[in-house]
Amino acid sequence: MTPDQLAERVGARYPDVLTSRGETTAIVDRGGLLDALMWLREDAELAFDFLSSVTATDRPQQQLRFWVAYELYSTVHKHRLRVKVGVAEDDARVPTVSFLFPTANWHERETYDFFGITFDGHPDLTRILLPDDWEGFPLRKDYGLGGVGTQYTDGKVMPPIDERLDW
Amino acid sequence: MPVERIGGFELGEKAELTPEEIEEQVRRGILLTRLDRAVGWARKQSMWPATFGLACCAIEMMTAGAANYDLARWGMEIFRASPRQADLMIVSGRVSQKMAPVLRRIYDQMAEPKWVLSMGVCASAGGMFTNYAIVQGVDTIVPVDMYVPGCPPKPEMLMYGILRLQEKVREETRAL
Repeated sequence: MTPDQLAERVGARYPDVLTSRGETTAIVDRGGLLDALMWLREDAELAFDFLSSVTATDRPQQQLRFWVAYELYSTVHKHRLRVKVGVAEDDARVPTVSFLFPTANWHERETYDFFGITFDGHPDLTRILLPDDWEGFPLRKDYGLGGVGTQYTDGKVMPPIDERLDW
Repeated sequence: MPVERIGGFELGEKAELTPEEIEEQVRRGILLTRLDRAVGWARKQSMWPATFGLACCAIEMMTAGAANYDLARWGMEIFRASPRQADLMIVSGRVSQKMAPVLRRIYDQMAEPKWVLSMGVCASAGGMFTNYAIVQGVDTIVPVDMYVPGCPPKPEMLMYGILRLQEKVREETRAL
């Protein structure tokens, strides 16, 4: 299916669909996420049988701060779809989809590792890339870049990058 | 054995000898020096680096060890996979916070005497990775004897760095 055909087909059930730069994105509620992914996987015309990535974005200004994105791919029809779920900061949890798509297991751990989003029902929700004793969630916008200043031999000091640049 | 590599020779009453005279003394089989200098000379001649490639600098390190550049010319080509057999740790690349305990452990496992060469700007000062995930200079976790700048350093720079380190090893007087 082309992105527009996908948008029409998915939009009949989940109206919040947009197509941009040849990519189709469907926004669903957290409560309806499992139903949506189940339907997308089982529907014969869509047949999204592979979850290629789970990640998240952080938008601190928005009321729904974190947006968890599921990148779906159909090995049958060779088309792609992105499903997004927004969650608030004080309730950053979504149900796990690792029993629907086994690839979600590590991707959800990575998303938890860097964004601190809890995936309810995940079999082993621990840090996967960072050390186990790491504090904080580095890909949140309020985490800070880190780094130290550089002292040159002529006495000048270059501050670390997040103090050097005016965002 | 090239005579000019032996530092601190003391032969008889004459302090300064021409190379020809030294050759003559060697031919006679007499060579006087201090024990620490002889040991330093021996250590310098067999510098065995630990195989410790971390990032793109490791590619240059491998190139330096391969045929075109041929570290074997100075007896420092035997990259040892076991830290027990290595004298020199070439930290070739950025060290992540997760890798730092591993690096320190490998350093601790190396037998004395041991030296550390920090290869490239990332290992020396964090480089372009001024962020939370990378150790800002490997000298915060292990003592570094020689820094090689560059991003990444060319094999010639690495060879020059090791040669300078060899000079340092030859001159230094450690407890035997």
